[in-house]
Amino acid sequence: MSAGLLLDEVTLRHGDGEDITTALDEVTLRVEEGEIVAVVGPSGAGKSSLLAVAGGLTVPDSGRVLVGDVDLSGTERDRARIRRERIGYVFQSNNLIPSLTAVDQVRLPLTFGRHDASRDPLELLAEVGMEHKAGRRPHELSGGERQRVGIARALVTRPRLLLVDEPTAALDRQRSHEVVELLAKETHHLRMATVVVTHDHDVLRHCDRVYEMVDGRLNPAQPALA
Amino acid sequence: MFLTIRELVFARSRFALMGTVVALIAILMVLLSGLSVGLVDDGVSGLKKLPVTSLAFERDVAADAAFSRSVVDLGAVDEWAERDGVTDAAPYGNTLVNAKTNGDVDIDLALFGVQPGSFIDPEPTQGTRLGSNPNEIVVSATALDAGVRLGDVVTVDRVGTELTVVGVLDGQHTYGHVDIGYIPLRTWQEIRTGTAPGAQAPAHAYEEITAVAVRSASEADLAAGDHDAGTMSMTLEESFGASPGYTAETSTLQMIQVFLYAISALVVGAFFTVLTIQRKPEIAVLRAMGASTRYVLRDSLAQSLVLLTTSTVLGVGVGVAAGAAISSTPMPFSLDPGSIAVAGLLLVVLGMAGAAIAVLRIVKVDPLTALGGNR
Repeated sequence: MSAGLLLDEVTLRHGDGEDITTALDEVTLRVEEGEIVAVVGPSGAGKSSLLAVAGGLTVPDSGRVLVGDVDLSGTERDRARIRRERIGYVFQSNNLIPSLTAVDQVRLPLTFGRHDASRDPLELLAEVGMEHKAGRRPHELSGGERQRVGIARALVTRPRLLLVDEPTAALDRQRSHEVVELLAKETHHLRMATVVVTHDHDVLRHCDRVYEMVDGRLNPAQPALA
Repeated sequence: MFLTIRELVFARSRFALMGTVVALIAILMVLLSGLSVGLVDDGVSGLKKLPVTSLAFERDVAADAAFSRSVVDLGAVDEWAERDGVTDAAPYGNTLVNAKTNGDVDIDLALFGVQPGSFIDPEPTQGTRLGSNPNEIVVSATALDAGVRLGDVVTVDRVGTELTVVGVLDGQHTYGHVDIGYIPLRTWQEIRTGTAPGAQAPAHAYEEITAVAVRSASEADLAAGDHDAGTMSMTLEESFGASPGYTAETSTLQMIQVFLYAISALVVGAFFTVLTIQRKPEIAVLRAMGASTRYVLRDSLAQSLVLLTTSTVLGVGVGVAAGAAISSTPMPFSLDPGSIAVAGLLLVVLGMAGAAIAVLRIVKVDPLTALGGNR
């Protein structure tokens, strides 16, 4: 049976000639549907590379990446289609489009192409507790509110895989807790495979599994972390 | 168009500023176009209204001064009239003079000498055609604006020939920026040779004309006609270049217009280059979420198109209004819908070309940079 996400012995190198660094070193990761997995580690350990490879933003030098049963080794055009149909991204706090209101932020991915199983943007905003600010633009929202809108935007296409990059980086403790709780709830509710890259140890207790990334290698986290 | 409209509304001040620049360029385009058409009309409208297909000038005469320098023997008219494919041939004379009316109005005139009753003898809308009286003149309607009236007597300076205004033509008939007066060929020949009324004209005076006016079918062989008649033919359009100042004026204005088109493309291109650079992080997010390159390009180009079209339409509107006001002044200005439409379309097309080059940078935006952290 296919997993929500499978990275199978994935290696990614940057640079050329003698100046080569290994960002991902034979990384294997399987995330089941309805499961939320956290990846922690110091800066430069390869966490962002892991998200980039898992989301089809870059192609690994070796190994396989599967989202459900779909291989991400195709052309950029194929990968763009898979991204819009199967993958949701939650970026760091300020990655909303400045000109769009909250409801339009959520509606935006639906304009990229046809979506058979999309969700209603207003209902989704209500689900993340933002329906009362549907007409506000990013500069009129707090960091936590922007992050909630970002989560609603990532969920509107009913993705199979949700990739979350430092969701609490710009939030206070209370807001962080709310955002991570929301992610966990949606992951279980929608049966998505969710990968959260974070520095925030408060996030970890909401996750089903925790991995630690060191020098491009992915290891199960020490009990103190998990 | 989802993002296009929202971006335009959100960044309306920025787009309004750019739109104002494009609108100002469009206004300038309309004014230049009007001035260009006005100058052309002022220079050659009388030639354009001649019912001829070509004019046969003196062989080897300077092409850019043929109307003032050409002297053709009257016998060439018959040579041309007898050629296959030539339906009409008539003598044509052209001389610029200063004159004064009995109403004390000073006026410059381009005297066109024609044989009364020939195919180039025009039909006036007021008064009568040239008749048997050799001292008659039929003038352009624009001469009325200068103060000439039907029935006035116009005296040609230095020569002293008196011509009675018997007819007024419909609309503008000008040549070399002065009003045209049609007079009988014989009278024109006397004026050209400086023969005062009652004096004996030189023997050759009545044998010389400026050119043979020819109306022919398309298959007429002009080169063979020139060979036999000892002339040098120019099509009617080619003959415009022989009008005083015509080539210099039109080429100057064309050069200004070309520069204006180039500047507009550069300005629009520069604006969208800056805009695209500013939007790079946003575009990376769009692409990371799965927006195709085509989607992002279409969005950016739609923005350019909306901006250019709206600004151009506004600018053309203001330009036409300003042009209408200018048209009532003595300035040679004429609003030609065709020329304005072409100018507006060129502005949009070249602006789009500039924008297209700028937004092609979008293709190079790496969606990976969306993961790059704070913007």
